[in-house]
Amino acid sequence: MMFKDVFLKIGTKVLAMLYFFGGLAILSGQACRWVFLAPLKRGRILEQARKSGVDSLPIVALISLFIGVIFTFQIAYLMQRLGSEMYIATIVALSLVRELGPVITALIVAGRVGAAITAEIGSMQVTEQIDALETLSVSPVRYLVVPRLVALALMLPLLTLYADIIGIFGGYLICVYKLDISSTIYMKMTFESLLFKDLLTGLAKTVVFGMVIALVSCYEGFNVQGGSVGVGKATMKAVVTSFILIIATDCFFTALFYFIFP
Amino acid sequence: MIEIRKLHKKFNGRKVLDGVNLKIPEGRTLVIIGRSGCGKSVLLKHIIGLLKPDSGGVFVDDVDITGLKEEELERVRQKIEMVFQGGALFDSLTVGENVGFRYLEHGGMEKEALDKRVSESLALVGLYYIENMMPSELSGGMKKRVAVARAICPRPRIILYDEPTTGVDPITADSINGLIRSLHDKLKVTSIVVTHDMKSAYSIADRIAMLYEGKIIAEGTPSEIQHSTDPVVQQFINGLSTGPITDMNPVAHVRTK
Repeated sequence: MMFKDVFLKIGTKVLAMLYFFGGLAILSGQACRWVFLAPLKRGRILEQARKSGVDSLPIVALISLFIGVIFTFQIAYLMQRLGSEMYIATIVALSLVRELGPVITALIVAGRVGAAITAEIGSMQVTEQIDALETLSVSPVRYLVVPRLVALALMLPLLTLYADIIGIFGGYLICVYKLDISSTIYMKMTFESLLFKDLLTGLAKTVVFGMVIALVSCYEGFNVQGGSVGVGKATMKAVVTSFILIIATDCFFTALFYFIFP
Repeated sequence: MIEIRKLHKKFNGRKVLDGVNLKIPEGRTLVIIGRSGCGKSVLLKHIIGLLKPDSGGVFVDDVDITGLKEEELERVRQKIEMVFQGGALFDSLTVGENVGFRYLEHGGMEKEALDKRVSESLALVGLYYIENMMPSELSGGMKKRVAVARAICPRPRIILYDEPTTGVDPITADSINGLIRSLHDKLKVTSIVVTHDMKSAYSIADRIAMLYEGKIIAEGTPSEIQHSTDPVVQQFINGLSTGPITDMNPVAHVRTK
């Protein structure tokens, strides 16, 4: 009996997961169809770009500055022991541009923007606004998903670039004003170590992160059941799922780029 | 004309519609009555293609809409508008944008003409100069009126109302009943109204149908329904807490969706 229960639980979870990925794939297909086959509404995309991109600038700046500072201290601790302080700038720049900048920015946006998307669409679902869209012959995917998808796919790379710069500036503050490394050396080591491919691979994956956040958040919003409690649950699920998928996608791309651009 | 033939629908194994048959002639008002959660709204959502039945057909002007593709369904939906229970106004848009939504999205009308049409539609429901307000600034009764204005703006041939008088005070409820009657007279629309408010049903219906346990158990003019000998119908229309409905099914009060 106990084994049966365990298998039942595992089976239910696996089915729910397959159902989720199936639903997400269908939504992605429909969204891509609308992106490529119908003219995009520029006003609606700009509005979403402002909400997801411009309005996220302060929080992204604050977190990236802290990450830059913390990371520089941790690296300095190791490098001082090895007597290689001059490489601090190199490690900080490479880590931020290739990995920390993209992932931290994506996580911030998933928490800030993704949660808002799910809560908004979920509330629309509960109050029958999604049904109303359909009865007015407007596709909810075209009206709600496409602008958010396009805006996030465009905004996340820009936010990441911004986070990279602020993070490096955080490292600069510590190195120059605390560790007595000269400003010229810090800048030289930073820009000499960074290759174009580092920047490109770092930014390319954020386009996918942006799409993941938009699709997962919209999907969870559309599937809200059970009033305001349902909206809360869906919002939490959207953020958690986005986090997991961002890290999983990052793992995939890091491995892929490692072999493509050795 | 709308015809519903042998409509069946289950949710999680529970039969909600169990062979519903109904005919609504052009230009008439049919009121569907029944207890909360008996599947009235589900039936309404089948008529506009928001839900697909397990079996059976919904014929709008002799076209079965249950098997239509999304594009074909959109063409049918141009004839039908629906007024949702809570209004379902879009929070992020102004009242004017809500009312003119169909034309704003699909085009087909110049801005000046649309502004005029929006004001006319609002005037028909007794609202003036509120185009620039947001839905959150309106009272419950006003929201319902704006929802009706949105439905009549494209001058549809069929309007579906989901519990139009639920959640508003008796005076507003009466004015909404008057509104439905006058729209029917002025615009000659076919209306289907789902309600459990008997006063409203008697006041607006050409015919009344009662949905009970997934089937239409009675259909007729308001007077025929009032004089029905069916004890289930009598218990419902007189609002009695004891009778065949509650004896057979003490926990029937469960929402289906």
